Amino acid sequence: MPADTSTIDAVATGKFEHPDTIANQAFGFWLYIMSDLVLFATIFATYAVLGHNYAGGPTGKDLFHLPYLFGETMLLLFSSATCGLAMLAMHKDKRGLVMTWLTVTLLLGLGFITMEINEFHHMILDGNGPDRSGFLSAFFTLVGTHGAHVSFGLIWMAVMMGQVITKGLTLPVQSRLLRLSVFWHFLDIVWVGVFTIVYLMGVM
Amino acid sequence: MNQTPIDSTGAGRGSFKSYTIGFIFSIVLTAIAFLAVVRGGGLPRWAILFGISGAAIVQILVHLHYFLHFDTSSAARWNVLALLFTLLIMIIFVGGSLWIMSNLNYRMM
Amino acid sequence: MFGKLSFSAIPFDQPIIMGAVGGASLLALVILILITYYGKWTYLWKEWLTSVDHKKIGIMYIILALVMLLRGFSDAVMMRSQQALAAGASHGYLSPEHFNQVFSAHGSIMIVFMAMPFLVGLMNIVVPQQIGARDVAFPFLNSVSFWLTAAGALLVMVSLGVGEFSKTGWTGLAPLFEKKYSPGTGVDYWLWAFQLAGAGSLMTSINFLVTILRMRAPGMTLMRMPMFVWTIFATNVLMMLAFPVLTVALFLLTLDRYLGMHFFTNALGGNMMMYTNLFWIWGHPEVYIVILPAFGVFSEVVATFSGKRLFGYKSLVYATAAIMLLSFTVWLHHFFTMGAGPNVNTFFGITTMMIAVPTGVKIFDWLFTMYRGRVRFTTPMYWTLGFLTTFVIGGMTGVLMAEPPADYLVHNSLFLIAHFHNVLIPGALFGFFAGYAYWFPKAIGFPLDEKWGKRAFWCWLIGFYLAFAPLYILGFMGMPRRMAHYANLAWHPYLIIAAGGTGVILIGIIFQMIQLFVSIRQRHAARDLTGDPWNGRTLEWATSSPPAVYNFAITPVVHDIDAFTDMKEKGVVYQKPDRYHDIHLPKNTAAGLINGVFAFMFGFAMVWYIWWLAVLCALGMLFTVIARAADDDTHYTVPAAEVERIESRRFQQLASAAVNRPAGSRTTPELLPQR
Repeated sequence: MPADTSTIDAVATGKFEHPDTIANQAFGFWLYIMSDLVLFATIFATYAVLGHNYAGGPTGKDLFHLPYLFGETMLLLFSSATCGLAMLAMHKDKRGLVMTWLTVTLLLGLGFITMEINEFHHMILDGNGPDRSGFLSAFFTLVGTHGAHVSFGLIWMAVMMGQVITKGLTLPVQSRLLRLSVFWHFLDIVWVGVFTIVYLMGVM
Repeated sequence: MNQTPIDSTGAGRGSFKSYTIGFIFSIVLTAIAFLAVVRGGGLPRWAILFGISGAAIVQILVHLHYFLHFDTSSAARWNVLALLFTLLIMIIFVGGSLWIMSNLNYRMM
Repeated sequence: MFGKLSFSAIPFDQPIIMGAVGGASLLALVILILITYYGKWTYLWKEWLTSVDHKKIGIMYIILALVMLLRGFSDAVMMRSQQALAAGASHGYLSPEHFNQVFSAHGSIMIVFMAMPFLVGLMNIVVPQQIGARDVAFPFLNSVSFWLTAAGALLVMVSLGVGEFSKTGWTGLAPLFEKKYSPGTGVDYWLWAFQLAGAGSLMTSINFLVTILRMRAPGMTLMRMPMFVWTIFATNVLMMLAFPVLTVALFLLTLDRYLGMHFFTNALGGNMMMYTNLFWIWGHPEVYIVILPAFGVFSEVVATFSGKRLFGYKSLVYATAAIMLLSFTVWLHHFFTMGAGPNVNTFFGITTMMIAVPTGVKIFDWLFTMYRGRVRFTTPMYWTLGFLTTFVIGGMTGVLMAEPPADYLVHNSLFLIAHFHNVLIPGALFGFFAGYAYWFPKAIGFPLDEKWGKRAFWCWLIGFYLAFAPLYILGFMGMPRRMAHYANLAWHPYLIIAAGGTGVILIGIIFQMIQLFVSIRQRHAARDLTGDPWNGRTLEWATSSPPAVYNFAITPVVHDIDAFTDMKEKGVVYQKPDRYHDIHLPKNTAAGLINGVFAFMFGFAMVWYIWWLAVLCALGMLFTVIARAADDDTHYTVPAAEVERIESRRFQQLASAAVNRPAGSRTTPELLPQR
């Protein structure tokens, strides 16, 4: 849709971060999420193709622990909810509350990553690392890519917490928090796919 | 200081209610999926697969609507279009890859 | 400390390579000395290297493309000369190892480091202006994208002198590219160069999709956009959705090579065909990414130089959309012969044949645009006519190979090579050259010399036919691709002719370099004072040449297709507004360049296993981004008074142009184009 005349007025009156900029940033970020969806879809496809190439090694049934997985899933899901609460606080301009909920989200996310690293660590120690078979390469890469995205999100979250402290809830900061929350929810969506296709189906 | 410009992002805004509903739905759907696998020994395999896939799809839609405020309002129209097109492409890539690779597997292995 | 890197990485024992490295280093040194001698470092830094202006970034992309064209073409000269010599008892002058690197570098460079930067450069310069915008949606991201692409190109260039390049083709071959069979640095250079460039392309696609969808001037609905913008839109949709697949394919290979995983190995559960499958899921959309902008250029050029509105605008839009959609559904035709059954092959054969149809629609639309038009035979029009006649042959050979049974005979033969060069050179490259000639005056301020442009065109056209027609014949005679030496002497005469064709193209390239030199020399006499040297139809011709940094002082309002022609017909062009406003623009920043430098060093470190350096550079990129995000002072204002000053100078230039009426300047109604 073409830019409407009101935004041109907004530019004329000297607002640097006018409404259109923020909308453009949000839409651009949504498009990035679309490309990331294709990225994950490709890794999922690879997992589907290599998923039974055990090369005489262990299968999902041998390796996955569902209670542990449930714990990880809850951590991430709760962090999605607390991220939402942080955004609600942001819309109400409550800086302290934003910091609180972001901190909780960060800790929950950190918990998720810690559990995942722990799982990987033990698998590797047992000789079931990603170099063992095509199936394990695909497993580590799919789950690991998701974990890498989460880790990057945590770094971003920490940076945003720094920005909220030093700059306050300015328009650029709010715009970034919005994009971070979209990223965070998207990662939880991907996780639903991961735990269903990799773990639940792998254990059956 | 906090203006409404954030509203014109193309994505809607949440409320405590929407996050809570979404959260509860997600917990329930996750529990259903896990229970189906752990306790669903009596059910045929295809039913469990169907069930957990369905639960996953529904949960993803729940996340999209209640957490990402995804809807069909005019502000979000390009977002919806982008998502639908991406979904189409994902189906082509994943479906096509599975078809091709299984065909190759059948003929060459 | 330096991983695998040591002085033995430099191929001192290979005279050809050392000659090339020596020559390139000398040239680089001369350029650096000249810049220092003329005291241009500050100018270069402030005006170009730290710029976030889409016009400057676009020009830098095209300079990169032209430089890489020379490098990729020298690979072509080497291949043709080797094959012209290496018949029967003779083995030419290139060892098979060297030859394999040459053809791998040639393809990699031409597609990813010549064609991509060329089209991204054109879209950068033109699209914001054509939609009446002041810049792209994310100017800083634009700078990041450029420097990532440049970093990738630099990795390829450095691979010549430090280590080796890949020997597994521009596509890569599983499992040959695994560490077990390719232990050297070649494949690693290739995959990191592609990853960096790919990241840049992905960012570009997001940038331009937001720009086109959200920053058009008021009144410019989607169906009033110039055709070039439509094709760029489709190109960017392809880029956004296809590049992630390449990223994954190369990432999985990286994991195989660096961490011993088993995605594409021939043991322990790898699936080699999965690489081929994933690569071509990207690879096919990639070739449409390369051709669609060229089609867009031809649309603009044909309309302008026929003095007529484009015939069948709607059909062109739908054809573009159809090409965009179908290009995601044909990828298996690149590996018909690799084991799939008849059902699979037939499906993809049908989709491949279907995709020829919308392109055919476009050809007819262009022909009908010329019909009953007043055609002006300028250099861009020459390139277009060369395309219309020659590209169609390449398209038809493509439809031939879309039949799996036929493809079984010619797959990976020189017939295939002839086909894709037939669509890439007269198709994509001629389109880029046409765009280069067409928009050069707008971007730089004076036109390219027509005489040398036409001479160059003829050399390229004749040279192309001489170089590739024999390859069609050789393909039918059974000659495979990528051969460093062959025993069948019947092939020899054709390869000599092909080498001759390459020589003619070389002359064309020399003519293009002369053209540049001559054009710069006569720039003052030929200066474009109106901003509209061709009597153009779209908004970019409404600005000065080169445009002011903000493009439009007042955002235009659009009422019809060919918005500028519409304004001319209504007599509302070049109207001085009663008042100007402050204009807010993004500031220059070194962050994009710094990120690119870190990216290059990261790639280099990963190639040579210098882990501490890789980690440092990755952190460097991260901190650059964080520092940039922390910066709140990223805009500056051009005050209304300054805008008025710039615009007054523009109106003065227009007035002096009307008085002198140099050839090509048309602003009066009697010379307006017909509908």
